[in-house]
Amino acid sequence: MHTKTFLAAAVGLGLVTLSACGSGNGGSAAASKTVTLVSHDSWAVSKSVLQDFEKQSGYKVNVLKDGDAGQAVNKAILTKDNPQGDVFFGVDNTLLSRALDNGLFQPYQAKGLDQVGKDYQLDAGKHRVTPIDYGDICVNYDKAYFGKHKLTPPTSYADLVKPQYKNLLVTENASTSSPGLGFLLGSAARYGDSGWQDYWKKLKDNGVKVVDGWEQAYNEEFSGSAGGKKAGGDRPLVVSYASSPPAEVIYADPKPSTAPTGVATGTCFRQIEFAGLLSNAGNTKGGKALIDFLVSKEFQEDMPSNMFVYPVVEGAGVPAEFTEYGPAAKNPETMAPDKIAANRDQWVKSWTSLVLK
Amino acid sequence: MLVPVAFFAVFFAWPVAAIVTRGLNVDGVWRFGRIADVAGQSDIRHVLWFTTWQALASTALTLLVALPAAYAFARLDFPGKQVLRAVVTVPFVLPTVVVGTAFLALVGRGGLLDALWGVRLDTTVWAILLAHVFFNYAVVVRTVGGLWSQLDPRQEEAARMLGASPLGAWRKVTLPALAPAVAAAALMVFLFTFTSFGVVQILGGPTFSTLEVEIYRQTSEIFDLSTAAVLTIVQFVAVGSILAVHAWTIRRRESALRLVAPETTARRPRGAGQWALLAGVLATVAVLLVLPLAVLVRRSLGGGFGYYRALGDADGGTFLVAPIQSVVNSLQYAVAATAIAVVIGGLAAAALARRDAGRLVRGFDALLMLPLGVSAVTVGFGFLIALDRPPLDLRQSWILVPLAQALVGVPFVVRTMLPVLRAVDERLREAAAVLGASPWRVWREVDLPMVRRALLVAAGFAFAVSLGEFGATVFIARPGNPTLPVAVARLLSRPGDLNYGQAMALSTILMVVCAVALLVLERLRTDRTGEF
Repeated sequence: MHTKTFLAAAVGLGLVTLSACGSGNGGSAAASKTVTLVSHDSWAVSKSVLQDFEKQSGYKVNVLKDGDAGQAVNKAILTKDNPQGDVFFGVDNTLLSRALDNGLFQPYQAKGLDQVGKDYQLDAGKHRVTPIDYGDICVNYDKAYFGKHKLTPPTSYADLVKPQYKNLLVTENASTSSPGLGFLLGSAARYGDSGWQDYWKKLKDNGVKVVDGWEQAYNEEFSGSAGGKKAGGDRPLVVSYASSPPAEVIYADPKPSTAPTGVATGTCFRQIEFAGLLSNAGNTKGGKALIDFLVSKEFQEDMPSNMFVYPVVEGAGVPAEFTEYGPAAKNPETMAPDKIAANRDQWVKSWTSLVLK
Repeated sequence: MLVPVAFFAVFFAWPVAAIVTRGLNVDGVWRFGRIADVAGQSDIRHVLWFTTWQALASTALTLLVALPAAYAFARLDFPGKQVLRAVVTVPFVLPTVVVGTAFLALVGRGGLLDALWGVRLDTTVWAILLAHVFFNYAVVVRTVGGLWSQLDPRQEEAARMLGASPLGAWRKVTLPALAPAVAAAALMVFLFTFTSFGVVQILGGPTFSTLEVEIYRQTSEIFDLSTAAVLTIVQFVAVGSILAVHAWTIRRRESALRLVAPETTARRPRGAGQWALLAGVLATVAVLLVLPLAVLVRRSLGGGFGYYRALGDADGGTFLVAPIQSVVNSLQYAVAATAIAVVIGGLAAAALARRDAGRLVRGFDALLMLPLGVSAVTVGFGFLIALDRPPLDLRQSWILVPLAQALVGVPFVVRTMLPVLRAVDERLREAAAVLGASPWRVWREVDLPMVRRALLVAAGFAFAVSLGEFGATVFIARPGNPTLPVAVARLLSRPGDLNYGQAMALSTILMVVCAVALLVLERLRTDRTGEF
């Protein structure tokens, strides 16, 4: 009856859709001049540094931030037959096996890899991924609290279950937060496959508090951070990063003479982030150039103050605040990616029923 | 009929089927055994149980709180009624992340209750239940109140004359007439709370998880696609059954009732009882609905208008563009989504309204509601793997966002248009045709004048819903073009005062835009338009 109007409208809708298709595919003509980097939301780089790369290489860099670290990896795996970009940056050692087992990357040996510390090269045999940065997940403490209560801050996993630190620690849900998972893996590395459950039972008895994400733990519950102070946080110990104390100094106005927080150096778990050339990438040449750039000294030295991580290239400098307030841990806990892959789901499950239920 | 079917096949059924297949079909082998596996796990059963009981509790609580209001809006006449009706509807179209934040500001650490009495409700089930009442209050008020205002009060009066007590008359006369509307409203609330995501995610903490949250965790964090697929199927079946019952109650509701114009049934409150009821309703609205919104506005003004000014500043670092740009993006997306929703929904409603519509077509009515009950993460991931090849490589295209938003807009358009279209007398069209009018002219001169207002109301609702859509948009919105709710969520996830303040300011802007849209709708409202 009123078919005609609707037909017209439908045709109109069709046109909109078609033109949208057109604009969606429009990029392919210029594909060889554009290289697309897929990453997570924390990706950041100084404008001038990226422009240097574009000038030197002749490629325009298109960045696609695709959710938090886990989400971005999962989306990349789902779309690997027809990827959204050429290079993926931001898969860490806790997710590495998932990415490699699913064939997310193709091999490429980056220029300048010889400058990268051997400890970080977890796929050295096949070169499917290139290490870019590392960081440590450690317990941070509120200096003011421990000063006021004349208490020595804890330094090790074993300290955290001692009675003088009862009801002081807040951590994150291991199933939803990457520092939360890191802390769990660190304890598993420290106490072994069977011992960690015992350790967590003691932690629970000692009043550990668990919240969903890092934001809530660090900016609301923790008493030492700028955000936590404002929100009335009352836990002087929090699972965060070794680079958090420098961040407290760099982002403070006016700058304090010293960091308000410190790191319990015996509670650290090392996280290494990698980049790789995506299988089926449209612009492999550009992708390779981009990976070379990521391990170049210029990018490596720009990285710490943008993403609060440490460079993997030997001899790359870091800002003074980093060496002073948040030096990388000397002997962090580590765990092989395939061991993490084999155990994480089971561990997270038992952790959840042990600590949360 | 063909166009809406094709639309749903391509943009809903196919992506969802693609992601479910990916989970259950490994290397060409179907693993249906997983269904029994997953269903047998105790923590999954725990999630199912929590999902169900919190939905039941939320529904009961919402009915308890909102039914008196439905009466007040239907039968009592008081100044500011129209504005108030728009105000109670605002929460319904607000994005969950904004509501979650408002409730955190009210019942969380350092919130109003904490400051006044030291009471904290976050990470308790009470915060979830309260937020659910906040969201769904309008569903009950509008669905039940809409019918109540059109029931002829003289029937009840007649029963009184014949010696029935007030309660008896209400129970014997009004309640039976209202029952289908109450049932329909209850089912909608149950559906919305059963599939609740944002509220539980923000207010529930690590311990509470609904099916929808669990699907999100399994897909997005644990990457266990087969468990996610099984849960999606479970939720699909549950929602399908709810909708089937809902469709049945709707058909019963459309049975013959003596309806009168709503203006004639409302009168000024009389007697202490009615005044007390009205005061109670107003107080509830103030505490439950207005207070969280007021807290939001209050926090957005924390630095004078500083947070609002900061919205125009691109140097914040959170986005590539100034946050205020997200308002423009949102409006553009919402206009496109509204156009799509009105065309698709209008076509579907026209097909459903035909008297010769078969059983199959009527079944499609319920099918159209399904996007409301399917996890947004499933749709989002489904888009990502299904729409990735020419001619439908839409992953990088802006149209993806309006398409996803239109999916949730269509059900509202259909619900609004259907009753009106059904009410158009076929004989009018036949008479016009006999007199020589072309089909186009019949549509223009007979149908259009009668449905024009309904069409506007439908478009308005689709617009408001698209504006607030969050779940699917967050997966597919491009980083350079965030929508308003996505921008709010991203600002909230960043540390620092300024980001928090800007999130509040953006939320306030969103709220005002929604409120204005709804107020305009109130003016357009006719007694014939559907409830939602």
